[in-house]
Amino acid sequence: MTAADDRFIRDYREERTDRPVGTRSEVVTGPVSDWATDFSHVEPAWAADPYPIQNDLRQRCPIARTERFGGGWLPTRYEDVAAIAYDTERFSSRAIIMSNFRPPRELAPVGSSPPISSDPPFHHDARKLLLPAFTKNAVTKQEPATRALCHSLIDAFGEQAVVDAASNYAQHIPMRVIAAMLGFPPEDGPQFRTFVENTLEGVNLPPEERGARIAPLFDYLVAQVHDHLGNPREDLTTYLLNAELHGQKLDPSHVVGTLVLLLIAGIDTTWSAIGSSLWHLAKTPADRRRLVAEPGLLPTAMEEFLRAYAPVTMARLVKEDMHWHGVDMKADDWILLSFPAANRDPAQFDRAGEVVIDREANRHAAFGLGIHRCVGSHLARMELRVALEVWLQRIPEFSLADPSAVTWAPGQIRGPRTLPLRIG
Amino acid sequence: MKVHIDSQRCQGHGRCYDLAPGLFGADDEGYSKVLGDGTVPPESGHEARLAVLNCPEHAIEVVEEA
Repeated sequence: MTAADDRFIRDYREERTDRPVGTRSEVVTGPVSDWATDFSHVEPAWAADPYPIQNDLRQRCPIARTERFGGGWLPTRYEDVAAIAYDTERFSSRAIIMSNFRPPRELAPVGSSPPISSDPPFHHDARKLLLPAFTKNAVTKQEPATRALCHSLIDAFGEQAVVDAASNYAQHIPMRVIAAMLGFPPEDGPQFRTFVENTLEGVNLPPEERGARIAPLFDYLVAQVHDHLGNPREDLTTYLLNAELHGQKLDPSHVVGTLVLLLIAGIDTTWSAIGSSLWHLAKTPADRRRLVAEPGLLPTAMEEFLRAYAPVTMARLVKEDMHWHGVDMKADDWILLSFPAANRDPAQFDRAGEVVIDREANRHAAFGLGIHRCVGSHLARMELRVALEVWLQRIPEFSLADPSAVTWAPGQIRGPRTLPLRIG
Repeated sequence: MKVHIDSQRCQGHGRCYDLAPGLFGADDEGYSKVLGDGTVPPESGHEARLAVLNCPEHAIEVVEEA
């Protein structure tokens, strides 16, 4: 038995009972009274269409407040979102999903899923471990299989006049790609969907219930770790099990926490970006026809879809009480760090509220800004480009079958979860 | 005219080597590097400008040579 095995002989979670427990806040649900003082990103109105809410707040209350989730702030101007993303001294990433549970301060600087949950200086080294696997060059290796998968998904539509592009197309693409990179069985995809939903969409449940829902994800990953220890192979899981940081193999909680990150962050983000882009093209025939006629414009158009429909909102925790850009923040207040709101700030972008598919200057923040730039951004861009290329080649004519039937994921990752498209 | 990257700002978004592959490349971690001495040939002026205008971190400059 190797030293690596020793780390996982016992369930590492059982050894953590003496750790600080974190703080819980009261669960508040129900319609929002005023978005400036009572915002909630888990209410249906936000999921359905957050942009008018964000635009209104940017004008009348650019750093909105809520007492829900134990208290938090929502900046909607690009400059404020950027300032927070860059300021890792005053804003911690030890929690990046706004919920009714704040992990203990002692969890910093590592956090529960490094490096996304890590603060400097630990962050840099944990991130460095992952970067080589996610360069543009490295992810190119996944492109032929991704393209073949997209074709096979469309082949499976058969003669159907209406297909659900979210559940029968967009969803499968990142799921299969990340499963291949991690070395997990491709047939486990349906389980991943449940893991994703329970991690990202159950945020307003009581913390105990949320914890119970997340437990199967950890059980699954620990089982995968054991499988890889017994049967090492050329994949990211084996790489993480063998990786060293500061002369030592990674702590078991680091290995599993990073696997959580790669699995969850790799799936519904890209699924959302693919779905939102198809939704836009389905309801905007002029843009659809232009991209079919000018496939070379797709990389530019794709950046515009990422700007206008950025799927990812992050969170931060305020480190210490402070007066910041006109508001009094308290230690452990949440920041809901809305890259989507930043991306529609007219002070930063011309025609910010319009989708301009040949926009040449596009410094959008869909993949974040600063040291936490999405480590999977090159992979996501490859998947999004291939998914749209193949779709537009195979299905140049399509429209929304029933606009009112489109549903959007609530919470911090936004994209269509039901997207019935009429083909032809 | 030369392109210049502020490596303190670059976070590896890769917009520059997507848009101006003749001027920029990636290192083993995905951070951008200037190819050669960064001199922009006359036909690459537009690419250089695109790289500047699409860097989310404002890490790229085009500097006029004295």
